Order: sequence, then C-alpha cells, then structure tokens
Amino acid sequence: MSTTTMDDLPQLPTGAADFAILPDEPAWLIERRRQAAADFEQLPMPTAKDDRWRFATVSRLRNEWFDAPLSLVESTNVQSIIQRSKLVDSYAGRAVFVNDKLTQFNPLSDALAAQGVRYLPIERAMLEMPELMHERFLVERTTLGSEKFHAWHAQMVKSGMVLYVPRNVSIKEPFVNYYWLDGEGARCFPHTLVVAEDNADVSLVDVFFSADEGVAGIACAASTLYAGAGAKVFRKVVQDWNEQTVSFQLDKTLADRDAAVKNVAVNIGAAAARYENQVQIDGAGAHVKLYSLTVAEERQEFDQRTLQVHNAPNAVSDLLYKNALLDHSRTIFSGLIKVAEGAQQTDAYQTNRNLLLDPTADANALPGLEILANDVKCSHGATTGNFDPQELFYMMSRGISKRAAMQLMVFGFFEEIIEKVESEELADNLRMLIHNKFDNKVVQAKTL
Amino acid sequence: MSQTTVENEALQVDTEKGNFHYPENYSFDAGVGLTEDTVRYISRVKDEDDWILDFRLKALDIFQRKPMPTNWASEDLNNIHFEKIRYYLSKGQKPSRTWDEVPDDIKQTFERLGIPEQERKFLAGVEAQFDSEAAYSRMKEGLEKEGVIFVGSTEGLMKYPEIFRPYFGKVIPTADNKFSALNSAVFSGGSFIYVPKGVKLKQPLQAYFRINAENFGQFERTLIIADEGAEITYMEGCTAPKFETTTLHSAVVELVALKGAKIQYITVQNWSNNVFNLVTKRGLAEEDAEVKWIDCNIGSRLTMKYPGVVLKGRHARGEVLSIALANDGQHQDTGAKMIHLADNTTSNIISKSISIGKGRSTYRGQVHMPKHLKNCKNNTECDALLINTNSRTDTYPAITTRGLGNTVQHEASVSKVSAEQIFYMMQRGLSEGQAMSLAVNGFVNDLMRQFPMEYSVELKRLIDMEMEGSVG
Repeated sequence: MSTTTMDDLPQLPTGAADFAILPDEPAWLIERRRQAAADFEQLPMPTAKDDRWRFATVSRLRNEWFDAPLSLVESTNVQSIIQRSKLVDSYAGRAVFVNDKLTQFNPLSDALAAQGVRYLPIERAMLEMPELMHERFLVERTTLGSEKFHAWHAQMVKSGMVLYVPRNVSIKEPFVNYYWLDGEGARCFPHTLVVAEDNADVSLVDVFFSADEGVAGIACAASTLYAGAGAKVFRKVVQDWNEQTVSFQLDKTLADRDAAVKNVAVNIGAAAARYENQVQIDGAGAHVKLYSLTVAEERQEFDQRTLQVHNAPNAVSDLLYKNALLDHSRTIFSGLIKVAEGAQQTDAYQTNRNLLLDPTADANALPGLEILANDVKCSHGATTGNFDPQELFYMMSRGISKRAAMQLMVFGFFEEIIEKVESEELADNLRMLIHNKFDNKVVQAKTL
Repeated sequence: MSQTTVENEALQVDTEKGNFHYPENYSFDAGVGLTEDTVRYISRVKDEDDWILDFRLKALDIFQRKPMPTNWASEDLNNIHFEKIRYYLSKGQKPSRTWDEVPDDIKQTFERLGIPEQERKFLAGVEAQFDSEAAYSRMKEGLEKEGVIFVGSTEGLMKYPEIFRPYFGKVIPTADNKFSALNSAVFSGGSFIYVPKGVKLKQPLQAYFRINAENFGQFERTLIIADEGAEITYMEGCTAPKFETTTLHSAVVELVALKGAKIQYITVQNWSNNVFNLVTKRGLAEEDAEVKWIDCNIGSRLTMKYPGVVLKGRHARGEVLSIALANDGQHQDTGAKMIHLADNTTSNIISKSISIGKGRSTYRGQVHMPKHLKNCKNNTECDALLINTNSRTDTYPAITTRGLGNTVQHEASVSKVSAEQIFYMMQRGLSEGQAMSLAVNGFVNDLMRQFPMEYSVELKRLIDMEMEGSVG
C-alpha cells in the first residue's frame, strides 16, 4: 500500500463574498455553502424552550465558537499522531486528519480501485466524482435540533472522506478515518459520506481523538450513509475527544429495500457531546441496528438524540443505548420511533439503559413513539438504576474484592455493546479505552 | 381480516345520552370574552373576599402573558378562541339541600344523566355542577357529623378559609401552565372537601359536571384535603351536549394527602366530541400517604391531562391508572407525572390506550428523581392498541434519575389485535365484532379490575359500544 502525505492545504479564501473553502470548488458547492451560511445566520442558538433541547445545558453553547479565526491551528506533532492512529491494524484504506488537515492517506488497493470502489478526501471527490457529490454531498441535514450547527458544518467543512462502493462489491477490511484535534483552540469539521450501491458490503470506522489532554477544542462532525437495496453497511464511531472539547456529531442513515445497516458508537470523551442520529428507512425489508455505549464522568454531558423513521413496510430497526455515569456527569437520551402510515409489519425497538454509579450523576431518558400504522410491533424501554447489591454480594462472597466486582459489573454492562463491533482487535482496543477512563474511577471506589 | 370503513354509530349512540340541552335563561352571565371586568364580575356575583379577587386578577395577568404550549403540544390548541367563550353562567341558585328544591329543568338534566339513581346506590354524597355553579349537593348526614366538609369552591374559601386557604393554589401554582392560570382567574364551582383525621369514608363522594350552554367554558376548581390517616374516594363524571361550536373545559384539581392518608380520585370523562378538555390535576402525598388517580378518557375533541403526584414525604406512594379511547376526530393526550421528593417513595403508572379509526392517543409522562434521594422506585407501563390501519398512537415519556438505590423502569408497547386471536374466537362462533370487543376488553381488563365495580361495568359497556362497527 502506498503512502502519500498531502502538502499543506492552500490558504483559505478571504473576502466575505467568497464562500468557497477548498480550491477549485464547483459552483454548486459554493452555492450550498452560501445557503448554509444564510441558514446559519438566520437560525437562532438553541434555547431551553426548544423541546428538542430538553434537559440539555444550553448555557454551555457559546457564540464565541463561531468567532474564532478561520486559520488552522498548526499541529507540531503530526508524526507522533500518525503513529498513534492504530486502533485498527488491518484496513482497506486509512486517512488521518489533524486539525482538519489530511496528514496521512493510505488509499485503497488497486484491485478494489479496479472494481470501481472509490475512497477519497472531499477535495478530490468533488473533482473526480462530481455527479455523485452533487447528488449526495451536504444534501441531508439534521432535524433533531442542531440545524444551526449543521449549517455551520456545511459552511466550514473541508476535511472528510467519501467512500463509494459499486453494486455487488464486497470489501472485507474496514476503512478507517482518524480525526485528531491538536493544540489550544483547534477546530475541525469532519465529514463522512458513504454511498453503498445495491448489494454492496462495506464497513468503516470513524475515530475522533485529541492529541493532548487539557486543551480546549471544538468538533462539529456530520455524516451521511446511503445504503442501497440489499447493501450491508457497518459503521463504528469511536469518540474520545479530551474532556475540554465540545463535540457535535450529526449523522443520518438512509436505508433502501432489504439494506442491512449497523451502527456502533462508543462515546467516551468531550466536555459536552451532542450526538444526533437519524435513520430513515425508505425501502421495505430494511434492517437497521443502532448501538451506543457511553462512559460519563466528572462534569461531562452526553446529549443523544435519535430518530428512527419507518417509511416502508416490513422493516426492522433496533436501538440500544447504554450509559454508565460517574461523578456529576449527565446523560440525556431522547429517542423517537416514527412509523408512517402504511408502514405495516414494522418491528421497531428502542432501549435505553442507564447505570448510575454515583448519586450525583444525572440520567435523563425521553423515549418516544409515534405510530401511524396498526400492524406493527413497537416497543421502547428505559431503565435507570444502580448496581444490583445482590450481584455484588454474590461476587464478594466468592472472594472478589468490592472494587474488582464493581469493575466487572461495569464491563459486563458494556460487553453487550462491545461484542457488536464484530472485530476482536477493535473490541479489545475499545475495552482498553474504557479501562483507561474507568480504572482510576472505579478503583477510587465510591463506597456503596 | 377484511378491511371496512370505520363507522362510529356506537360513539353516537353513547353521546346521545348526554346530547340534549335546555333553553338558556341565566340570571348571571359574564358575557363573551375575557377581560379584567369579566373577572371582577364573577367575583362580585359570588360575593367574594378581596383576597380571592386579587388572586383571580393576578392569575388573569399570568394567563394573558403565558404563550400557548404549542412548542410541544397539539396545534389544535390554536383553535380555541378565548374571545368567543362565555366564562360565567349561573341561574343564581345556591346549592340546594333536597332534590325538590333544584330548578326543574336542571333536575331533568340530571335525571336524564341518572344522578339520583347513583345516590340511591348509597353513594356518600353527590354534587352536580351545571355550567358554572353547583346545582345540587347532598351528603349523608352521618358524614357531616364526623366533620367531613363537602362544599363548592367559593363557599369553601369563604366559610372555611383556615382549612382550605393554606393549600389553595399551592399544589398547582397559578403559573403552572396557561390553563391553570386561566382556571385560577375564572374558576367557579367544583368541590372543596375536607376529611378530618382518621375518618375513613367507606362510600365514594361523587360529582357530575355538565356543560349546557354553547360556547361556554367550564372552570371548576377542586381541592380535597385528607387529614392524617383519613381515606376518601372521589368520583367525577362529565358530559356535554353537542354544539356546533367548540366548548372549553379547563379544571384544576388539587389533592392533599397528609401523613398516612389515602386519596383515590376517579374520573370518567365522556365530553361530547367538540369539547377541549384541558385539565391540570396534581396530588401532594406526605409521609406514608397514598394518592391514586384513576382516569378514563373516552370523550372530548382534545384532552390534555397529566395527573401528577408530588411524593413529598418518606414512603409516600403515587399511582396513575389510565385508560384512553380515541375515536375518529379525537386526540387523547394523557399521561402522568411523578415527582419524587423524599426517600423510599414509590410510584406506578399504567396507561392503556386504544385508537380507533383516525383517533390519536398520546402518552406523555414525567418521572423525576432528584439528587440525594435513596431507594425510590418507579414503574411505568404504557400499552397502546391500534384497531384500524390509520389509527395513531404516540408515547413521549421524560425520565430524570439521580441518587442512590433508585430504580426507574419504563416500558411501552404498541400492538394490534392479532388475526389469530380473532380467528380463534370466530371459529368458536363469535362474530368478528364480538371477538374484537372481547379482545379489547381483555386488553384493558387487568387495569379495569382495579376500578370500583360500577365504573368497570360502565366502562366495559362504553368500550363495547365504541367498538361496534369499528372492526374490519
């Protein structure tokens, strides 16, 4: 596999009239950016009165974020960061971005390229796949409350990967995109676009990391997944920004007939992370699974909003979000299943489980259903609780220390999600990430 | 199963019972629209103390400033035209003591609704409200001797201020929501009840509410205080004739259960299909007390009602059992609120809804367990049954949990009557309609068994009738 290091990106354009961010942007993209800028100006900052921000600490939202200068924060640790981009060892393609700059690119093999697969950074995709980009890039947007931030993303995005898989092409190894933030005040607007044609089979991992602790950054990411008829798409997202960073992740998945889409999100980092995940099932028989695990500590706030829309019959969607909370952390899970009229024989499920490890932690659940068809199986459940003292007693009576027992129970709680990643290597790395975060905490063992 | 169009003969048959009205010749009429003068007029007619008038005027100001809650609630609320509503109508009658003293046409109304019969069944007390004022109230003499007070709202505040004033507007503050503010400004009628320490009422107290005049808004106010160790069951029923224009019912019901007291509040709401039923109901449960709401919503155009319990004392219990039936043109937006404020409090919410035809039923709930509470428990179950292909149901719970040893579980499911069930019953000789009716009754049966006898029989009959002709 060849390795190309991209040279410095050209200077950002100056002058308010010019909305282009990348060199040689086509007219349609400049127009989309202009529209996004107009939307951004016109949309208000969310307030507590907006029901889609219920329970969220909106006072954390800052207008100053938007005032920061356009210039990039220079990273001085590019080489070591590339070294550290090894969550998954074997991949079909890899890209490493630092502060919105592509610093390492491992393109796909010639064999895959010959089959018509494309894996390109945005600035090349818009030139080499103009039709696809015109049709799919920055077309979908969120409706779950972060419209202003989505508009901000659309206006600013310059880093991100586009993955195109033609019909009947099946790729075993995953594509892995790393987005790093490095340095005080660093910002990034990561973007992932996946277009899987009919019966394609592909998986990818998006990784959000900070190079250092203790420096504040802002990330405003968006992604769109198009799964064609019978396509299989598996996306894993690992979010471990440092705990000074503010994160937005605005995702949308569109599933066509008989498509199978699976999404596993692991949320560990950020001071405040807003995660909006929309799934729209437009084809009969589609099967979408959404899994998430979150470890919240200190004053972290994880604000998760999901929407499962069933526009077609006979489809299945299944959501499981698990959160473990320590210290003064907060989580908000707000999910909605919408079954449209005529989407009969829908099976839609939504489950939120919160494990409160400290009495000061705060878990909020807003599981919602809107059902307009009668022949459906829909259910949702939300539970919040502490350790089961009997389970703890059981282990302690067999000689396991209290700390170790608690740790085991936390890992047991998460294992249900971890095993969904279907990759031993990634699963182990994820366990390690959670360990690192948790170890000290659980060892301090709040005496229950 | 074959599909046929939904016909609601059953619904019409049912509401016909309340669908009659008498010529309006009111001695006191506050006119149309709501201004400060309207409020002053109501207060003057009722000969109220100044503090009550001040309370009303403050509430009016809050009502006028508060926006409609359409940021989360149905847009249908915008179809209420506050300027076209009549806020106070009364024949000037004071509550009568014997049935004979009740004006004839009002008596006829209630006879048609079957209230005297209810009383003959040894119900402990009955109060019937006709438009703004109570027309008839009677309570078994024995209860009076035990110190039970059962009066209307103004009478309660004027005659027993030392009992009612400390709790009036405290469980549900005026500014709680736009409609509680509206009620606080123009309230009239309703029941103020005080049950002294240790008195346990064996029979339920009852109230009937009826709207007779077109464009009329009914704003009754109820406050029930059960002193330490007291027990009371209260039932209310509601009807209205069908008018061309929409009618508004906006009540405020406050319950106070002091240490060890038990209050059970039962509502069967069968307003006609053009009534906006926007009601705020909340109970306060002190240590070891129990507040239980049993809430059945069958009528109205739009009902928004979320009975709540504030669990203020340790070991307090709160419960909401709710059945909603939404037929064509109806939106039953109901739910429950459980606010845990003390250790070892428990709450239980069971909600069952049935949507028929284009009916829409919504569950909206809130469960709140703040910091530093221990060993609180909540259980919530919401089950929705959809009868026709175009029926609709929504569920929007909100659950906040902190503290130690607290557990919350929420489950909701949506289902239809399975084809196998229907087939099984039809194969044994039942018609499809009978089979469907049986299945629906089975769906609510476990909940209905917890209701007092008369109510579960009545409800079963209502459901049977609603189900007629709705099956495809």
